[in-house]
Amino acid sequence: MIDLLATQIALPDLITFLIAGCAVVLGALGVVFMRNPVHSALSMIMTLFAIAILFIEQDAQFLAAVQVIVYAGAIVVLFLFVIMLLGVDKKEYLGKDRLRGQRPLAFLAVLIIFVEILTLSRGNWATGAKATVLSTTSPITNVEQIARTIFTTYLLPFEATSVLLIIAVVGAVVLVRRSEERTVGEGQAIELEAESEMK
Amino acid sequence: MTVPGSWYLILSALLFSLGALGFFTRRNVLIMFMSLELMLNAVNLTFVTFSRMLGDIGGQTMVFFVLVVAAAEVVVGLGIIMAIFRRRSSATADDLSIFRG
Repeated sequence: MIDLLATQIALPDLITFLIAGCAVVLGALGVVFMRNPVHSALSMIMTLFAIAILFIEQDAQFLAAVQVIVYAGAIVVLFLFVIMLLGVDKKEYLGKDRLRGQRPLAFLAVLIIFVEILTLSRGNWATGAKATVLSTTSPITNVEQIARTIFTTYLLPFEATSVLLIIAVVGAVVLVRRSEERTVGEGQAIELEAESEMK
Repeated sequence: MTVPGSWYLILSALLFSLGALGFFTRRNVLIMFMSLELMLNAVNLTFVTFSRMLGDIGGQTMVFFVLVVAAAEVVVGLGIIMAIFRRRSSATADDLSIFRG
């Protein structure tokens, strides 16, 4: 760590990283420890925005924009919609765990995961050949580079994602739709009510 | 010089651990879902960091696909939560035992 600190880091970069990093961690803590689900969702927006800032800091402008539009714009709003539909005043069940001693074990497991990733991420262990054709340092803009890779190298996965999105939409509709018989029954009930009112 | 990549990796390790903690300790299915999103974001940050360290745009392309899969996953997951809620009128993880065959 000391040799890392000794290297010269430009002050604006450092300040941006520190502020965005603090926002990421604080937002994540908010998601995990807030009692109210709405507050958790709002904390998540903070984390997502800070991650978008970190993307820009690492020259990934396109992904920063997509992050804000898709995550903060669409996914969090979807979460908020569902929270509102389910009602926020529902008490979270905090009684006895079905799985005995789950929480202490969870803390232990998370600590192990954290230490493990930390030891892996220390130092410059990312090996592999540096890209030459489409690199992050080339003069072509970020959006154009991503577009080129998506529409040439990763064309088939890209097409597969469109199929995935259609499946997700159909699945959501099927899951949320009420069952056929009940809608018919409700229709009959309304008709019966209308008839009785006429009489 | 910009901030070294290992700092980003440490930050994303922290974010991933917090997401895992939330997923394991909370009972509300919605908050478990949000913790899952935090873990996905941590991995995205790692991808972008490696993309910069190796000078390869492939990492950013991968993040694009992760975003698409995350969006689809949230749509289906929230649909399932709504379906459970209609039956049980509570959104705790223990209610998922009704899926037992």
